[in-house]
Amino acid sequence: MALNTGILLSGANDLGFMIEGVFPYNFFGHEVWITTSHCCLLIVLLVIIGFCIAANISIKKAQDVPSGMQNVAELVVEFLDGLVSGSMGKAAPKFANYIGTLFLFIFISNISGLFGLRPPTADYGVTLPLGLITFCLILFNKLKYQKLSGFIKGLCEPWPFWAPINVIGDVAVPISLSLRLFANVLSGTVMMSLVYGLLSAVAYAWPAALHVYFDLFSGAIQTYVFCMLTMTYVTDAIGDGLD
Amino acid sequence: MEGITGVELIKACSAIGAGLAVIAGIGPGVGQGIAAGYAASAVGRNPGAKGEITSTMLLGQAVAETTGLYGLLIAMLLLFVQPLAK
Repeated sequence: MALNTGILLSGANDLGFMIEGVFPYNFFGHEVWITTSHCCLLIVLLVIIGFCIAANISIKKAQDVPSGMQNVAELVVEFLDGLVSGSMGKAAPKFANYIGTLFLFIFISNISGLFGLRPPTADYGVTLPLGLITFCLILFNKLKYQKLSGFIKGLCEPWPFWAPINVIGDVAVPISLSLRLFANVLSGTVMMSLVYGLLSAVAYAWPAALHVYFDLFSGAIQTYVFCMLTMTYVTDAIGDGLD
Repeated sequence: MEGITGVELIKACSAIGAGLAVIAGIGPGVGQGIAAGYAASAVGRNPGAKGEITSTMLLGQAVAETTGLYGLLIAMLLLFVQPLAK
C-alpha cells in the first residue's frame, strides 16, 4: 500500500507525469477527485508549517550568537527582506510578508520534485490562483494609490480609444505569470519522467545532474522571476503614491 | 488509407501539430542567447556589477522564455488533452 502510494505520488511509473486521481468523493452531488496534486500540496504545506513552527520556537529563545535553527531562520528572513526592499523601495515593509510567503511556497513546491513528489506547481489549478492573487493586489493598489481618476487615465493612455488594448494587456498579466511558472515546472517534470520512463534501464545516478538543473536551478529561477515580476507590477501600480 | 477512422487521422495530425508547435522554441533560444551575450559583455566592461547584471539577465530571459512555453503548452494540449478528437 505504502509503496503503491509512493509510486503514484512520484508519477514515475511508465510515463506517468499526468495528474492522477487518488480517490473520488461526493461533494454536494458532484463527483470530485482527490488527485496527486492535492496530496503533494498537503505534504509541501506540512513541511512549510513544520519549518515555521521550528523557526518560531528557535526565535522565542533567541541568543545574540545565533546557532542551529535560528541561523537558518535569520538567513531566510534577511534574504527575503533584502529581495523585497531591493526592488520595492519604500513600499517594501507592506509587501515583505506576502512576497516572503509566495517565495517560500513556490520554491518548496518547485524543488519537491527532488523528493519524489509531483511538484504542485505543475498543476495549473495551483498557479492560476497565485496569478489571480497578484492580479487582485495590482488592481487594489492601483485603485488605492492612483484613485479611480488615475486608474481610468492609465487605461486611456495614450489615446482613449486605446482602452480595450490596455484592458487586454492588464488581463494578460496573471495569465502569463501563472502559465510561465506552470509550463516551466511542467516541462521539468515531463523531462524527468521521460528520462525515468524511457531510459529506465540505464537511469542510474546520472539523472541526479538533470534533477539539479530541472528541479533546483529552474525551480529557483522561476520562483525568483515570479516574485520579481509581482513586485515590479505592484510597485508600478503604486506609482509615486507613497512619496 | 483504408481502415483509418476519422478520430485516428485527427490524432495523427495532432501529433504532427504538436511537433510543429514546439518549433516555437527557436525564438526564445535566440533571444536568451542574445541576452546572455550582452550580459557577458556587460560583465566584461564592469565586473563589479556582476550580481546585478546576472539577476537582470535571468529575469529578462525568463520573460523571453514565455513564448516558447506557450508552444510547449499547445503541444501538450494536442498530445494529451486532444481537444480535436472529441
